[in-house]
Amino acid sequence: MKKILYSTIAMIAVSASGALADGKVTVITSFPDSMTGPLEAAFEAAHPEYDLEVLNKKTSAGVKYIQEIAGDNTADIFWASAPDAFEVLKGDALLADVTIKSEGIPDRIGAYPLNDPDGKYYGFAGAGYGIMWNERYLKANGLEPAKEWDDLAKPEYHGHVGMSAPSRSGTTHLTVETLLQGEGWDTGWAKWKRIAGNFSTVTERSFGVPDGVNTGNFGLGIVIDFFGFSSKASGFPVDFSYPTVTALVPANVAVVSNAPNEPGAVAFIEYLLTPEGQEVLLDPAIMRLPINPATYAKAPEGFPNPFEDSTIGATVEFDVAKSGARYNLVNSMFDLMITYRLDDLRSAVGAIQAAEAAHADSGNEEAKALIAEAWALIDANPINEAKSLDAEFAGIFTKKRKKATDEVGARQAEVEQEWDAMVVANYAQARELADKAAGM
Amino acid sequence: MSLNDPNHVASRAGLVNRLPRWLVPNMTGVHLAAVFIALLLLGLLLVPVAQVMIVAFQDPATGAATLQNFVDFFKTSLFRESFWNSFYVSAMSVVVATAIALPLAYITTRFHFSGSILIQSLGFIPLIMPPFVGAVAMQLIFGRNGTVNLLLRDWFGFDIPFMEGLNGVILVQSIHYFPFILINLSASLRNIDRSMEEAAQNLGSHGLRLFKRIVFPLAMPGYIAGAALVFIKVFDDLGTPLLLNVNNMLAPQAFLRISSIGISDPMGYVISVILVVFSVLSLWASFLFMRGKDYATVQKGGGGMAKRSLKRGEKIIAYGAVIFILMLVLSPHFGLLLLSFGTIWSYAPLPDGYTLQNYVTMWEGSKTFIMNTVLYAGIAATLDVIIGTAIAYIVLRTGIFGRKGLDYLATAALAVPGVVLGIGYLRTFHAIDVPFTDEPMASWWVIIALALMIRRLPYALRACMAALQQVSLALEEAAESLGATKRRSIQKIVIPLMTGGILAGFVTSFATAAVELSATIMLVNSNSDAPLSYGIYLFMQTPSGRGAGAALGIVAVIVVAIGTIASQFIIERDKKLKSSGDAH
Repeated sequence: MKKILYSTIAMIAVSASGALADGKVTVITSFPDSMTGPLEAAFEAAHPEYDLEVLNKKTSAGVKYIQEIAGDNTADIFWASAPDAFEVLKGDALLADVTIKSEGIPDRIGAYPLNDPDGKYYGFAGAGYGIMWNERYLKANGLEPAKEWDDLAKPEYHGHVGMSAPSRSGTTHLTVETLLQGEGWDTGWAKWKRIAGNFSTVTERSFGVPDGVNTGNFGLGIVIDFFGFSSKASGFPVDFSYPTVTALVPANVAVVSNAPNEPGAVAFIEYLLTPEGQEVLLDPAIMRLPINPATYAKAPEGFPNPFEDSTIGATVEFDVAKSGARYNLVNSMFDLMITYRLDDLRSAVGAIQAAEAAHADSGNEEAKALIAEAWALIDANPINEAKSLDAEFAGIFTKKRKKATDEVGARQAEVEQEWDAMVVANYAQARELADKAAGM
Repeated sequence: MSLNDPNHVASRAGLVNRLPRWLVPNMTGVHLAAVFIALLLLGLLLVPVAQVMIVAFQDPATGAATLQNFVDFFKTSLFRESFWNSFYVSAMSVVVATAIALPLAYITTRFHFSGSILIQSLGFIPLIMPPFVGAVAMQLIFGRNGTVNLLLRDWFGFDIPFMEGLNGVILVQSIHYFPFILINLSASLRNIDRSMEEAAQNLGSHGLRLFKRIVFPLAMPGYIAGAALVFIKVFDDLGTPLLLNVNNMLAPQAFLRISSIGISDPMGYVISVILVVFSVLSLWASFLFMRGKDYATVQKGGGGMAKRSLKRGEKIIAYGAVIFILMLVLSPHFGLLLLSFGTIWSYAPLPDGYTLQNYVTMWEGSKTFIMNTVLYAGIAATLDVIIGTAIAYIVLRTGIFGRKGLDYLATAALAVPGVVLGIGYLRTFHAIDVPFTDEPMASWWVIIALALMIRRLPYALRACMAALQQVSLALEEAAESLGATKRRSIQKIVIPLMTGGILAGFVTSFATAAVELSATIMLVNSNSDAPLSYGIYLFMQTPSGRGAGAALGIVAVIVVAIGTIASQFIIERDKKLKSSGDAH
């Protein structure tokens, strides 16, 4: 009896640790199983000599993971939505230089170049950002769907909007950065704060937003398009639309440097760019925008086509370098001004909205002045755009011990504490002013 | 043994016995076992945790040792608030959990109550819910637009913010953890000697005074033990606040800061250190309370307090309270069940329709997860009871130097948050390769089993200690005086007598290891290595996967429930055997 037990354990141990080591391609991805599943099946059918090993980690955890295992790398492919995550890895010299052969793939999607100019990462699908809503929720609360970002700042949506934070979601970071680049630093942040004043919650992972809209936890969500499409395709009573200021950004794939199976990794990327690979993206569970214009001939009715419909994604020319330079700084600012102080922000904006409603037709100039002052306090930022692009300042948020040449400037915690203090004081004062105005 | 051979002794007597004791210590089999276990705990617990904690003491720019980060921590108002929030939530969870547990414990021990079985089962139902899914299910029932609030709004026009912010965390945590207090409180109330009560009553004390002066102080140690455990677990818990999007508590702050892109700020690590230190302090404080209290049940008047019969009115109240609490405790399970059978559940009290499809989808995708869970939890639980028994024996039966340290070290694993352990393992084992292969150890599935083992060791250790304490030393001495070696007496006498406790420890370890998520999520290297809890997490990441995720959650609940019921059954049977033995 014991012998059987021991030999069974030994067998399980051996079998569990040794998969097809030869043709194994290890993929670190933030994409969910519903997307990687069909693509994996299609790839393995087309290339039976390879076995895809998919490991699901959210973008930031995936980047961290690759950084941690860099000394003895076991990952072949990094596969995620946000180009900026790839910029971070590229900056750390963790992506390999490979040549990918493909046909029929254009250079740009919307206004955005598909591939990294240095050949470190490649686009394989496109995605845009927009607003998703739950029809039942809106109906029950007497609301209309929001079409533009500005709409989300309207008083009627107070407490009904959800979003993730850029520090936790590469795609959310892109959304935030797109508005900042499209509208300008100061106006962009002001808009975000006013919209955030209507937030019900800031979710921990980007999927938390469509999940919240699907279950009706909150009514509207700022999401990447495929979340909206796939939720609708799954049968939830939700809908999605693109606002005018949006960027179409490619979802990317790259080979990790010192990959154990580089040929396999290259084969995988090349497969994604073939017509068959591109067609898999049309699957209702996936719903990503293919980058091969020919694939749209097979797309179902109503599927957005960025190559034909010029309203999608052409308004903002996304500057990836700018985004990368201030990546951590933007994360930090969003968290400090919005995520961690959501209650303060929400009550301040709510008070101002109430004051505005009370004085909509009153003609009371004094009250209006107070309200304007209150808004100014909400809109105020601790730093301007020039400082955000100042390499030395942005470097405070990316201190790495490897670089001995880093100057000992301010510490990140110090700077954050300064910002936090300013923001808390501003929101409190804004609320006071608004209450005062409402009382007039 | 070699020591009994006179020739051997004679040849070594000279040099060896003249050397000082500390240079050439007395190495018997038991000593070797102790050293081995110490090394194991060092390598699998201390070193990984130290790796994480050390970053907190380093200046991020230069790498020099500094305490500046801690100063920064206390100067930042966000962290001070998070610390206070964590403390507040933990304390309030203890309060609410007590409010749930105290009446139940009192009813079972003070009265003849035929619903006692109900209460006993209440004792472990919350524990058999994987943490992640529990919060999802509670959100569906008690959330802003969950079943209860939708109905309240429709019928009465108001709603109750059960799950908003800190309140949500407190509610979920107290429902999840009150069994710790219930079990400990019931046990200590049951242990109160009736004769104490009778003596007090003889002297004229009754009612509230009796409770305040006699019953409560005697029950205190058990209560404190349970309360401290709940406090620590809530303080460290990551999953629930994360899922409820509550960011301004310590554990989520640590996790978010450590796992966000490109952020190398040491604050996440500082918070980890504070979490660990605070938990260890709480554990130590609870031990302080228990020191010197004698748990021996010296039965004179019979065990437990005097039981009364319930009057009719009291019966109604008692049943009412129990059923209300039962419904509250079962609500996440109920929500999960509905979700697993539901088609679409959106902004409605109940799902739109019902289907078996989710179970089919789940079954197709989850065979690997279930098998992996059985494997990892099985290995973890087996190692736990082996090491637990060894440590228990070393602590209770030998005089080896540092045995208490071994006990504390093993128990300290309770104070280490899963996320810290996960990160520590990644860092420590990443550079080491698995022998005979090229793979780094950090990506080997065995690491997950080891992490589970370390995290569940304290439970198994407690069970083994309790079991060994009930085995009389006289039995071993009798065996040895009849010529049995230490090894033989352990193998033939001690372990068979401990079987009930060991099995109970195994099952508890297995059941809780099967649903662990915080360390697992950091260590899983590929989906083929993933256990159940990770599988649920994966399913829950897509709109179409919620139903299947819930179905898998139900499977996890069933697996753990079977384990827990089995363990209860074994303990009860063991108790009956022992007590019937005593009567002879």
